[in-house]
Amino acid sequence: MSFIDRTARSFLLVELLSGLALTFKYMFKPKVTLNYPYEKGPLSPRFRGEHALRRYPNGEERCIACKLCEAICPAQAITIEVEPRLDGSRRTTRYDIDMTKCIYCGFCEEACPVDAIVEGPNFEFATENREELLYDKDKLLENGERWEAELAARLEADAPYR
Amino acid sequence: MELLWDGYIQPGIWIVAKILAIVLPLLIAVAYLTYAERKVIGAMQMRKGPNVVGPFGLLQPLADGLKLFLKETVIPTSANKVVFLIAPMLTFILALVAWAVIPFGEGLVISNLNVGILYLFAISSLGVYGIVMAGWSSNSKYAFLGALRSAAQMVSYEISIGLIIISVLLTTGSLNLSDIVLAQSGGIWNWNFIYHLPMFVIFIVSILAETNRAPFDLPEAEAELVSGYNVDYSAMTFALFFLGEYANMILMSGLCATLFLGGWQAPLPFLDFIPGPLWFIFKICMVLFIFLWVRATFPRYRYDQLMRLGWKVFLPLSFAWVMLVATFLVVFDKVPA
Repeated sequence: MSFIDRTARSFLLVELLSGLALTFKYMFKPKVTLNYPYEKGPLSPRFRGEHALRRYPNGEERCIACKLCEAICPAQAITIEVEPRLDGSRRTTRYDIDMTKCIYCGFCEEACPVDAIVEGPNFEFATENREELLYDKDKLLENGERWEAELAARLEADAPYR
Repeated sequence: MELLWDGYIQPGIWIVAKILAIVLPLLIAVAYLTYAERKVIGAMQMRKGPNVVGPFGLLQPLADGLKLFLKETVIPTSANKVVFLIAPMLTFILALVAWAVIPFGEGLVISNLNVGILYLFAISSLGVYGIVMAGWSSNSKYAFLGALRSAAQMVSYEISIGLIIISVLLTTGSLNLSDIVLAQSGGIWNWNFIYHLPMFVIFIVSILAETNRAPFDLPEAEAELVSGYNVDYSAMTFALFFLGEYANMILMSGLCATLFLGGWQAPLPFLDFIPGPLWFIFKICMVLFIFLWVRATFPRYRYDQLMRLGWKVFLPLSFAWVMLVATFLVVFDKVPA
């Protein structure tokens, strides 16, 4: 009996037809396509994108040039130079990140004791040449100003889990 | 002078006009078939498909064509240049000339050949030459293997297609495609696919194999052969292969509609007010949809499975059907005059 059953099934193309029926059904399902440059997927607050240097609300830069980020960076993408400022506080004179070396591991932001260097939600920073990816301090601070609202919100959202 | 005009120039213009009236819509149809393919397969995979160029992406085929047109034609140094350039032209031309005998409506056919079906069959068999020439002249192992596969596959499946056509011819009694369509007049219950249902299914599968379409797209096999016989082609030479392949798909759908689905005839007599060519185009579209649908559904066959299906399943089945039909016609004295 099972032989007849099997033969009948294979000659009536039961499996092929059920496969076709399935794909036909899927044709009318709602599309899951994200219309990318106009629509974007959700990002976790822990998403590690483009770097930024943050400032305190009074405008003072957070970074105290402890060089922990430089030390921990596994790709050695960070270069920091330090000089005491006129008011005696310790600040960086140079803070470069080579974005072509960076592996976006997020160790720098974890190492930072003052939440100065952070990786933001921005992942759309493609450039037309390599030099533009060698970020200096001005660029990083500018990123910090540009993304501050989102950076603060992300740190806030992730704080309970740290 | 009058003889020159009446005897040569006027008919010449008339023939060229008729050819253009088929070839131009055909090329547009090929372009939009690629669009339909991407849309249908996209929908079946819950994607949107092309939707950026023009409204609903409708200008995408034109953009693709323009891109191919502007690219550089690269000829490999080790290739046999003449054969390398002739192969795509041959494929393309063969895909077009076959349309001469396809009837679009009552009397709407360029050449009402009495052996139309034989002509069509011969032309579609010649199609393998373009592919073999391309594979050989490219002088590359991938192209060569792809061409070998393609040749073996097309030859194998042509046999079952031939036998299926014979069984249709037995019930029709004519090799003329218009007569085959007229023999199916009177509504959907007179169409050949009812009488020859198993052969209709086998025919659909065979034309998938004949046009090298999924799930029988072994000559392409992008995973192993990177894309088969056309790896070394670029720009317009590639475009001609592409156009030829898709024009062949439309041609085979047209053949399927003519042989089994009543050609230009309406399925129900009261629908006769819709002109025949529209019905014919509609039926071609339905068969083409099956092509795309199957491609979105089934994985590729293994080569030995493909050969087994062709030689050990389809060939005996279609041969048995020819015997059955012939016996039936003789025993019940129904041989068509």
